[in-house]
Amino acid sequence: MRYAMAVDTRKCVGCSDCVVACQTENNVPIGYCRDWVVEVIDGTYPQLEIEIRSERCNHCVNAPCVRCCPTGASHFAEGGIVLVAQNKCIGCGACIASCPYDARYPHPSGYVDKCTFCVHRIKNGMLPACVDVCPTKCLYFGDLDDPNSDVSVVLKKRKSKTLIPEAGTQPQLYFLI
Amino acid sequence: MTSRRQFIRISAIGAGVLATGAGSFQLLNAMASDEGLKKLKVDLKRTPTYCEVCFWKCAGWVYKNSEGKIWKIIGNDEDQNCNGRFCPRGTGGVGMYYDENRLKTPLIRVEERGKQVFREASWDEALGLIADKMKGIASKYGPESMALFTHGSGTAYYSTLFKAFGSATIAEPSYAQCRGPRDEAFTATFGEEVYSPEITDIRDTKCLVLIGSHIGENMHNGQVQEMSDAIDKGATIITVDPRYSTAAGKSKYWLPIKPATDMALLLSWIHEIIYSEYYDKKYVEKYCNGFAQLKEYVKPFTTDWAYGITTIKPDLIKKTAKEMADASPAVIVHPGRHVTWYGDDTQRLRAVAILNALLGSWGRRGGFYRPARFELASFKLPDFKEPSKTWQDAFPGKYPIASLPVSNALIDASIPENNPGFPVKGWMVSGTNLISTIPNTANTLKAIQNLDLLVAIDTMPMEITGWADVVLPECTYLERYDAIRTGPHRKPAIALRMPATETLYNTKSGYWIARELSKKLGLESYFPFEKQEELLDWQLKQSGTSLEEMQRLGVKVFERDADDLYFAEDENVEFSTDSGKIELYSTYLEGAGFDPLPKYTPHPEPSEGFYRLIYGRAPMHTFSRTANNPNLTDLMDENSVWINPKVAKEWGIKTDQYIWLKNQDNIVSSFPVKVRVTERIRWDSVYIVHGFGHAQKQMQRCFGRGVSDTQMITNVLVDPLMGGTGMRSNFVTFVTEKAGEEVAS
Repeated sequence: MRYAMAVDTRKCVGCSDCVVACQTENNVPIGYCRDWVVEVIDGTYPQLEIEIRSERCNHCVNAPCVRCCPTGASHFAEGGIVLVAQNKCIGCGACIASCPYDARYPHPSGYVDKCTFCVHRIKNGMLPACVDVCPTKCLYFGDLDDPNSDVSVVLKKRKSKTLIPEAGTQPQLYFLI
Repeated sequence: MTSRRQFIRISAIGAGVLATGAGSFQLLNAMASDEGLKKLKVDLKRTPTYCEVCFWKCAGWVYKNSEGKIWKIIGNDEDQNCNGRFCPRGTGGVGMYYDENRLKTPLIRVEERGKQVFREASWDEALGLIADKMKGIASKYGPESMALFTHGSGTAYYSTLFKAFGSATIAEPSYAQCRGPRDEAFTATFGEEVYSPEITDIRDTKCLVLIGSHIGENMHNGQVQEMSDAIDKGATIITVDPRYSTAAGKSKYWLPIKPATDMALLLSWIHEIIYSEYYDKKYVEKYCNGFAQLKEYVKPFTTDWAYGITTIKPDLIKKTAKEMADASPAVIVHPGRHVTWYGDDTQRLRAVAILNALLGSWGRRGGFYRPARFELASFKLPDFKEPSKTWQDAFPGKYPIASLPVSNALIDASIPENNPGFPVKGWMVSGTNLISTIPNTANTLKAIQNLDLLVAIDTMPMEITGWADVVLPECTYLERYDAIRTGPHRKPAIALRMPATETLYNTKSGYWIARELSKKLGLESYFPFEKQEELLDWQLKQSGTSLEEMQRLGVKVFERDADDLYFAEDENVEFSTDSGKIELYSTYLEGAGFDPLPKYTPHPEPSEGFYRLIYGRAPMHTFSRTANNPNLTDLMDENSVWINPKVAKEWGIKTDQYIWLKNQDNIVSSFPVKVRVTERIRWDSVYIVHGFGHAQKQMQRCFGRGVSDTQMITNVLVDPLMGGTGMRSNFVTFVTEKAGEEVAS
């Protein structure tokens, strides 16, 4: 099993519903976020292009945050999901510094927090909250080992890219272009 | 947090790492560890609601955690307005409830108006004072001198109260400050308006044309969803906008038009579609009136003519006209929603309606569908007294085609110098912050100083509450029942809102407030049910369901009476116009003394060093009303002024610098605004999101954040047809330093 997510940059309008849905679903304190939206503009008026991306933890196969964690709090769970065990995390911040995607933040309760792909939901057969809420249906989630999963199907059909592939982390957040 | 994280939050704009504490929830689920997951199985109760953060009114479910606090609000899968997916504002609606700056108890003014010195009062005293003043106004001037300005769910109850009182002076700013021109133009053409949610069949369209309409930034949920579906299906999107809007970024064709010249483009499209014989001949012949006159009229409006006005190349105008024709009838030239721009808006929307008629999109799949609405039983109330004066008697002969009261006209009727046919002496303002809603704030404030009574009903201490004599704190939609939502949509449907949680503070529902006030006015026979849920249950039982069933379902969708979502092949359709046909040439407007065919008029242009002020929406906010919502403020807590890089270079202005705006009438913004230098805006314009720059200190999160477009809009071009306030003819320049004030840079 290999969980992954694809973001359709052609459909995303950058409304940030994924952000607020994650915050409420996961009780992320106001002022913090596990996912966010990026807008990239290219060109000069009126020859312009825009790419809008909903971003979050890339749940990398070769995750620097897991490798550098001194206590083993950052770990791989089933399906390659990168999680932080709050009870083992000492909040040292090594993982925050190591993440090329800046996906982690120090939770005010003293541990490091990040996207979990809503593991509590997917274990119960539900989609991550951000995927479930997205008004444009620009987020696709599923198991890459299953050729019929939403994410496998859309990645086969469309061109995609990952962010900072040169970091060698093998990110599992894909952007449809 | 690193600087990079702050950078990437530009779209989810935040003030940085501020743990405000306000509204922060206790950690319920420590889900990051496997042990934490086991704790997740909590007993969750869900309650149906429909959202009140905007007018789309999506139906959903409110979930509470094991401590009884609201955990999340999500969409109801059965609901056609949202298809189970709420927008960011609906998802963040929880912040409306937990906002600690809410109005908490009735207030009575104790010093002069606007000084904002109030004392707390009981409901009994506050309502008693209002009733006495209302009776005084009625006996001195007539009941019509009491005006209601209203928006949202409370409208139903306060309108009933006013009609019972004998006043039909009831205005919703959603008409003359927003969609009025569109509704009048489509009614003049097709005999029918486009409703809300709009009857645009975007889901099945092959070509969507947006004229200044920024779907995706305006988060009209179902529409955004359907646009996304259309993108998936390969539909062509054509966007006309001086700004590279989000929708423009999704478009095959973006026409970066010179602002205020849309009419010229529309006329040249009509020319192109007629003279290239792209129009739907069979449809036009069968359903339309006045084609010959239209054809003759648009003869001079060639693409070359339009090029000189709009700066859009003839080739691009031709290509896009062909795209529309190729998609016809599955094409939508979108009527937009907030369309009060230049004062000739009804006529501009007439041109939009004519284009749709030529393309045969009205009543066709992928164009405009026929809406269905559930007819809920209404309880027979005593007849309302015939009001001795209607709102139009305030200024006889003005705005002859306005089908709804014009809020700005009622404000003008509150100022004696305007010599109104009757004076408006009292205002009840519910759910609309007139200070931010109505342009020309100085005029509004002048009107307020002439009133005998100003009552403000709101959930938040908006600017208007500061000017009120009596402030009534309403509870939020999460704490109350409201009228059953009945549509319209593709299928008839009903949705229930019920209290999801306890009522905070000394706040009350709209129904309760209207009913209690009715008692003090001797009008309680118009509110026969003590509790609203008794009325709802009666209504629902008449319709074959019940309150109990709706509490379980939230939404109930019914089948249409007939399979008539679109016109049938060769169907004989009777349109509700003078001729019974689609009026390309409007005999109705001609009869009212206006141009029967839309005319291009040049609009004022900015002088040197000034830029046209264009405003719009952000997907995470609704008007100015969400500006203090802790959840939504976390996504965007101020607006910024978009400036083209060439202009910024000339001024030496940089991104993130704070500046003030000054308009053509020397009005300088009260607060500085952050600069965003971006290629997304033309060099002759600047852009800001509406609804920021609040001057009300009681709203601690949004006070002084950003700039208010309303404050900058002092040149208002009123549509002579229906009274709409054209607000896009204001020009601003930049003030980089203001004496005695410092800002972060």
